[in-house]
This record gives sequence, structure tokens and C-alpha cells, in this order.
Amino acid sequence: MTISSLIDSPSELTDTSSSKTAIVLMTRVRLARNLAGHSFPGWAKAAQREEIFEACRTAVAATTQMKRAFNVAIGDLSELERQILVERHLISRELSGAKSGAGVIISKDQAFSVMMNEEDHLRIQVLRAGFNLKKAWNSINDLDSALEEHLDFAFSPTLGYLTACPTNLGTGMRASAMMHLPALVISNQMEKVVRAVNQLGMVVRGLFGEGSDASGSIFQISNQTTLGESEADIIKRLGSVLQSIVEHELNAREKLLEADAGKLLDKVGRAYGILQNSHLLSSSEAMNLLSLIRLGVDLGAFPDSNRSVIDRLFIEAQPGHLQHAQKREFDPGQRDVLRAARLRSEFANFVRPDFSFNNNDKN
Amino acid sequence: MANPLKCDLCSKPATVHLTQIVNNKVHKVDLCEACAQAKGVTDPSGFSLADLLLKASLNPESTGAAGVKCERCGFTQSDFKKHGRFGCPVCYETFRGVVEPMLENMHNGTAHAGKIPHRALERKSFYDRLTKLELDLTEAIKSERYEDAARTRDEINQVKQAFNQLAAR
Repeated sequence: MTISSLIDSPSELTDTSSSKTAIVLMTRVRLARNLAGHSFPGWAKAAQREEIFEACRTAVAATTQMKRAFNVAIGDLSELERQILVERHLISRELSGAKSGAGVIISKDQAFSVMMNEEDHLRIQVLRAGFNLKKAWNSINDLDSALEEHLDFAFSPTLGYLTACPTNLGTGMRASAMMHLPALVISNQMEKVVRAVNQLGMVVRGLFGEGSDASGSIFQISNQTTLGESEADIIKRLGSVLQSIVEHELNAREKLLEADAGKLLDKVGRAYGILQNSHLLSSSEAMNLLSLIRLGVDLGAFPDSNRSVIDRLFIEAQPGHLQHAQKREFDPGQRDVLRAARLRSEFANFVRPDFSFNNNDKN
Repeated sequence: MANPLKCDLCSKPATVHLTQIVNNKVHKVDLCEACAQAKGVTDPSGFSLADLLLKASLNPESTGAAGVKCERCGFTQSDFKKHGRFGCPVCYETFRGVVEPMLENMHNGTAHAGKIPHRALERKSFYDRLTKLELDLTEAIKSERYEDAARTRDEINQVKQAFNQLAAR
């Protein structure tokens, strides 16, 4: 499988969206695993890294989940191809900058990805569209158990799975949800939410993880701690936090509509106009406009089926994807021209907003 | 610039640097924003550095383990201070005195309560058994206890057979 066919084939993230994915775009669970008796990737010598990479690669490729998978060493990918995988949440930024002896295997449907020699020997990840923590955990648990048949994981009865960084000890599990929270952002409640979520032992990050901004009102919420609780307990706790964030977002939407529907609908309508007519769009402006259209879908201004178009554009408006579509690299200024052109053509035939759902809107 | 200071609790870049004088002694702590908030550092009345220091023994010198080196991979405690990550799984044994106090602040408990890799552990106990039997065998041959040697050899074959059955299961 090549990177182009990977981009062109339907994926869990871009093609499964429905009304069930309205607020929680996707859930993700990742497990950190290491091989007993070997130095962690950051400390291993080059030759050891190669040896570990090969051992992991053979075991991962042999699983049924990874039949006909995309299997590649990071060194064999161009800068642009790595960026595309980061934008699709299939590899981390850290792996994309890795030296020799590192790589990734991605399942055909792009639901599973296993990074090798990132911070740990193995970072096993599963992505599921919508709010699906339990299903995600079950499927990654199966893949992990299949790997355990062939690999001796570093494990201590008291500390659990041993990881390079002590913050991942125990389960080695980070479960997260990508949430679209435009109403909480518009009504300036995000700071409050972040604080409350932190107090419950969960972390809020931007779209691309640590240190990234939250353009498009998309946030990642995940568990902070990994030791002292079972996977099921962590998932249950995270699930109830996510559920209450969903409720807050829905309340915030209702309040915005009650207080000043015109103001909210104006934002959606203007976003539509700009996407149809602009000639320069930065990545973060595009994300914010798409986010408003997505909110419009949730409110009923556009048909439900259009949500998946927006979710695909969230990814295809990213710099790596834009450049790949043109088959060459561009500087950021030129990318803004490309991005606007791409979105203009997408929105030329995009159904017009229908604001009649709002009774107070006389127009 | 040199390496930015890392958070004493979670090794993310530290942005909050606090100095307190407790009992005429200067204590310094570097924290990232999240840990600083979690520990109430932003709220001076609710925060005592002494508690944090006592609990976490953050000062590497105070644990008396600064010179310890991991036997398997050569990693030292100052390497950990620098990288915030360990060298190999065995480091967790080697630096147990450093790790254990950290965990309380870092996690929701200090003992693993999740998944156990049963198959891998079964394999490990087989390896350990075989290694011990093979040592016994060498020892028996060396001291010319041939009956013991024969018995040990049979036992080795049995263990290997059981292992193959397990692997084929």
C-alpha cells in the first residue's frame, strides 16, 4: 500500500461521520509497550534500535488486524508524506522527526496504527469515529494480546507496563476524544471547562496534541494518569467527563440561540459566504470557518450528510494535504491561495444554509 | 540556550519557578503549568513547597542515589534529571528510590491495577526455569554426578515440551 492509495481510500476518521459524531468527532486509545531486556528508543544505540524495529515490525505485520497494511520506515518517507500522516493523526510529530530505526504500520482502514521506536518501542493506537471508548478499548486490547503472543513486553507486577517516561507507567494507556466545542468557545467558557477537567484528572489539548492550538474549536481530552486504576476504570471515568462536556456544549448552544439567535446564525451565514468567495485563507481561519459550518449542520441549517464533507476538509485543508494534492511544496503564502481555491470549489456546490429551523428568524 | 528546565513532577517544560525559604533553607521547584495548577502553586495560601519536597524528594542529592548507575544500560540519575525518561526497563529497579516517591504525585495510585500480559509472564517463568535447569545440568556434569545430570536432562526435555504445547495453544 502506498501513501497515495492511503489518502484516497476511505478512512475511519473522514468517512464514517454521522449525527452520532456531532460533538465527539472521534475517540482514540493508545497503549505504550516496550520489549523486556532492551533499552528504550531514546537511549538505545543505533544498532539496537534497528534490531528492535525489525523484531516489532515482524510481529505487528503478522497480526490479522494488519493484513495488507501500510508498512514503512520513517526514513523512507518524504517530509511531505510524514506531514500527511501527522495531519491524519496516524503518527506523532515526534515520530515524524525520528532518525533511523523507526517506522509505522497502518491498517488498511486507517483505524489501527502502530508506531515503532517513538518514545517507546511500540505505541499501539486505534481510532474510532464518534464517541466509542469501549469499542476502541476492546479492539486495541485484542491487537495488544495478539502482539503479546510473539513479543515479551517489559512488565512489573507492581508498576505494570514499563515505559520510557514514568508518566505512562501501569496501563500505558492514553484514551482520548476529539471534541468539537464551538459554543463553549464562543461563550468564553472553555477556560472554566479546562480547569474543571484538569481537576478531574483529565487533560485538554489542541487538535494536534501537546502545544498545538485549538483552531476550529476542536479539543482533545484525555486521561492524565495511567497507574493505579484498571483500563476499564480509566475509560469509565473519562467517559463520564466527556459526557458532561457534551451536555455543557449542548446547553451552551441552546443558550446562544435563546439569547441572540441572529448573532449565532450570522456567524454561520458569514462563514458560508467567506468559504464560497475568499481568495486567501490561512489554515487557522479555514478551520474556524469550517467549524462554524459544522455547527450549522448540528443546528439544522445544512443536511446531516454534509458533516462528513466538513470532517474531510478539516484534514484536507491542512498544509501537507494541500501540497500533496498539487504534488509539490509551496510556501505558506501560496498555500493560503491554494486553500482558498480548494474551499471555493468545494463550497461552490455546497447546499445553501436553511435557517428556517429558527422560529424567531423572520427572514 | 541550554536545555529548558523540566517540570519536577512530569518532565514537561517548566514555566513556574518557585523559591521558598522553609526553616532557613532555600528550596527551589520547577513546574509546568498543569502541575503548578494541580498543586495549587498559583494560590500561595494553599501551597506549601515543603510538603511537595518532603513527599516527592525532588532534590536528587537528598536521596543519596546520585551516583547510582543502571547495570544493564549505564543510565544514571543525572541522565534522568536531564531527559525526564529512563534508559531501559531495568532502570525502574535501579532507581526505585527515585521513582516511588514521584508516583504518588504523578498518578492516581502507586500499584498497577490493569491488564496483565499472562502469556508473556508464562513464557518468562519457563525461560527462568530452563535457565536454572541448564545451570544445574552443567554443574552436575562438572562434578561428575551423572545420575543427577540424566534426571536434569529429562526434566529439561519435559519443560521444553510443555513450553511448545503452550506456544501451540
